[in-house]
Amino acid sequence: MAGPAGTGGPGGAGETSGWETVIGLETHVQVRTLSKMFCGCSAAFGDPPNTNVCPVCLGLPGALPVPNGQALKLAARAALALGCTVHARSVFARKNYFYPDLPKGYQISQFEQPLATAGSLSYLSPERGLATATIGRLHVEEDAGRSLHDRFPGYTAIDLNRCGVPLIEIVTGPDFRSPPEARAYLLTLKQVLEYAGISDCDMEKGSLRVDANVSVRRPGDTVLGTKVEVKNINSFAFVEKALVAERDRQIAVLEGGGTVEQQTMLYDSKANTVRPQRSKEGSQDYRYFPDPDLPPLVLTDEFIAEQQTLLPELPAKKRERLVEKYALSVTDAAVLTADRAVADYYEAVVHAGADAKMAANWVMTEVLGDAKDHGAALRVAAGALANLIGLVRGGTLSHQAAKRVFAEVAERGGEPRNVAEALGLIQVADTGVVAGWVSEVLAAHPTEVSRYKNGETKLQPFFVGQVMKVSRGKADPKLVQKVLEEKLAS
Amino acid sequence: MTDPSEALASANAAADRLVRAKRLNACITPPRELRKSLVAQAQAAHPSGVLYGMPVAVKDVICTLEFTTTCSSKILEGYHSPYEATAVAKLKAAGALIAGKTNCDEFAMGSSTEHSAHGRTLHPFDKTRVPGGSSGGSAALVAVGAVPAALGSETGGSVRQPASLCGVVGIKPTYGRVSRSGLVAFGSSLDQIGVLGRSVHDAARVLAVISGRDARDSTCEDRDPLRLPNVPESLQGFVIGIPKEYFPPDLDPAVRRACDRAIRLLKELGAAVREVSLPHTPYAVPTYYIVAPAEASSNLARYDGARYGPRFNGAADVRALYRSTRGEGFGAEVRRRILLGTYVLSAGYYDAYYRKAQQMRALIAQDFRNAFDRGVDLLFTPTTPTAAFKAGERLGDPVAMYLSDIFTVTANLAGLPAISIPIGRIKGLPIGGQFIGQAFLEDEMLEAAYALERVVPATEEA
Repeated sequence: MAGPAGTGGPGGAGETSGWETVIGLETHVQVRTLSKMFCGCSAAFGDPPNTNVCPVCLGLPGALPVPNGQALKLAARAALALGCTVHARSVFARKNYFYPDLPKGYQISQFEQPLATAGSLSYLSPERGLATATIGRLHVEEDAGRSLHDRFPGYTAIDLNRCGVPLIEIVTGPDFRSPPEARAYLLTLKQVLEYAGISDCDMEKGSLRVDANVSVRRPGDTVLGTKVEVKNINSFAFVEKALVAERDRQIAVLEGGGTVEQQTMLYDSKANTVRPQRSKEGSQDYRYFPDPDLPPLVLTDEFIAEQQTLLPELPAKKRERLVEKYALSVTDAAVLTADRAVADYYEAVVHAGADAKMAANWVMTEVLGDAKDHGAALRVAAGALANLIGLVRGGTLSHQAAKRVFAEVAERGGEPRNVAEALGLIQVADTGVVAGWVSEVLAAHPTEVSRYKNGETKLQPFFVGQVMKVSRGKADPKLVQKVLEEKLAS
Repeated sequence: MTDPSEALASANAAADRLVRAKRLNACITPPRELRKSLVAQAQAAHPSGVLYGMPVAVKDVICTLEFTTTCSSKILEGYHSPYEATAVAKLKAAGALIAGKTNCDEFAMGSSTEHSAHGRTLHPFDKTRVPGGSSGGSAALVAVGAVPAALGSETGGSVRQPASLCGVVGIKPTYGRVSRSGLVAFGSSLDQIGVLGRSVHDAARVLAVISGRDARDSTCEDRDPLRLPNVPESLQGFVIGIPKEYFPPDLDPAVRRACDRAIRLLKELGAAVREVSLPHTPYAVPTYYIVAPAEASSNLARYDGARYGPRFNGAADVRALYRSTRGEGFGAEVRRRILLGTYVLSAGYYDAYYRKAQQMRALIAQDFRNAFDRGVDLLFTPTTPTAAFKAGERLGDPVAMYLSDIFTVTANLAGLPAISIPIGRIKGLPIGGQFIGQAFLEDEMLEAAYALERVVPATEEA
């Protein structure tokens, strides 16, 4: 049975006093390719069951695997993005086990000689600040099919569309000291892989799946506690909860005088508990051996170098550069680089002539706000936004008016200046006209005028507001202020 | 032939001969189905093909669209492959007619064609004896002239050994010369489709057609199809090595006499003959019986009754389904090898068996390279230690059965091409001699075989 669920703050810190949590993560990521790892079938998600299959991925007698070159390129790129050494020679191996959604009775993976080893990923730990996770290995493998236990009562249905879809497995060391830390790493990993175009990393679609090894020990202990594998963490929202549940279970066991058994636990998101996986007969022996159907994977220096050049600037680097080049705060740079498309958009706005600081504010507020409501679409072209910012900076539009123009351009398109003119929002900077509005306002508020003249200068914004109102937002606020001061002083 | 009427006549004549050969239980395709298909194929075949109208029988471990592919196993009873082997597709593209499926040991595991769900195949000249195996059906059909050539497959000698015992030619090409796509896997690093033929030429012309690159097999070399050599006038300039480990003191004297006679003829043809040593030869059979079963245990995991093939009894759960399907669907020899292979790959045994066997395999391959590096072009050896043995004789003694392949497994372990041709008779039963060539130099090997075939008294007592 699971122990009590965490009740403390983030990570249930209240219950860990006297214990240190140690977590390592194994992340499976679907590599973004059109076809499967070892055959030409579509790797698309969500097609009708068993429609993307052929003799190879069905494991029919006599069918042989042929590696997908694009998947290997993306895997190598992922490894390079994580600072791994990509090996000139790696070996595909068979992982043997019986399961109905594994048609060959083995999964083609890598074992003794993986594609890449010895990488690392820096991430921002909520507790320790900038921290580094070690990447022990990154290898290539094929996915299994899906077993659907709830589709037909009393039966298990098998969908082999996913069978053979390319995966990379990324294994960290036991480097995380809390569930929030593990989550922070995962989000950083996701960001890097999305940036590099490796995967969409969508946990809900199963294109990123994570298993965790969790143990606890007394602070200062150098030996690791018995590790328990936690599976079935199907959403980013559950990562922390699942790890907290397992950590708390282990602490409760140990504090109750028991010992932690090495086993596999499944996370139940509905009950927010972990429960032991039904034990398989005996311990699983996968009998790994080199796959004789596939020659060793030999990657030339040129191939590896080419993958390196095809990597885009990664988030950490981009963040640093934005701070340096555009004098942005670290926080602003982090917001702007969270998503590669947004970062590219921001830079495009600046390149189109907008002031860097103003562009940052516009992108972080109006652009991201609009994107949030419209499926992450950046609806106003970078050039148009730059023009819009230019209109504000040049005094042609007030900030308020510019926001209306932005909304209009997002909705219906068009050139900001034309849209602003059509909406009648161009600021009036003609002193004569503005003076007319000011006179009108002063005439309408004689009481306030006399109060102001008696020293109540804090009424000035009131007059400015009234003038803006009368001008329907078109008056240039700076000019209004100037004219007001002159008139009230006379 | 280039005339459609000739192809049709060829199809009908082949069907007639295959019906007459029925007593051998060598062809497992029902006669009526076979004739219908042959006629249809003859009508569809393109007259420009180099094998136009030539009937070629195909071992039942090779996928065909025309006929079931059962691997002579209950577990694939009635299985129709939705695709065909590349070798078969190439044959058809060359105008050949697929003349039915031939009996074999279950999943090609065996040396006698006795381990078959279709029953045993008889030796073409003595029904109390075995034709060898596992491609025994293909060898027997070629031996009685039912077809001029047939496809077989080799993992440890399954083409050359029955060729030797039935008195026909058997070629095992270099590993990677012929696509394995559609060859049902047994030991993937050893498996290769081979050809049995009445003559070196019949076998070689079929091999030339099925050879060459194939995008469906990552282990198939990116090479043009084999080009057939001319029949040489002499073997002047050839250096032929005689590995002493293949002529142990206890070798059957008649086999030795047949080989000595062949070696004399090679010298008369102008070849220089030289004794060589391949010191790791004694470890070949044990090495083979670790590597092949290890790969087989994984290759045969897919036969679990979940997707195709028969299911045996209504199982309570998926584990029970696996147990009953695999327990009843596989024969005893296949189960033995799956268990053996599972064992040698298991945690704690892998290093002692599988890894060690891989190291020994490398040494065996190095033996051959050493011999070739010292100027030897080809090796000549007996193909089998004896002529055809009695049916049932070795069924109770798997090791005796395994030793039938003692002279053939080395070429599979080293990936080298080899050919067996008839070199004489022992008490009326054929015996073969073997050339082992250098990787992808099948042409040299074929030249020597052509030359010896012309002069060797293949039907005379040794």
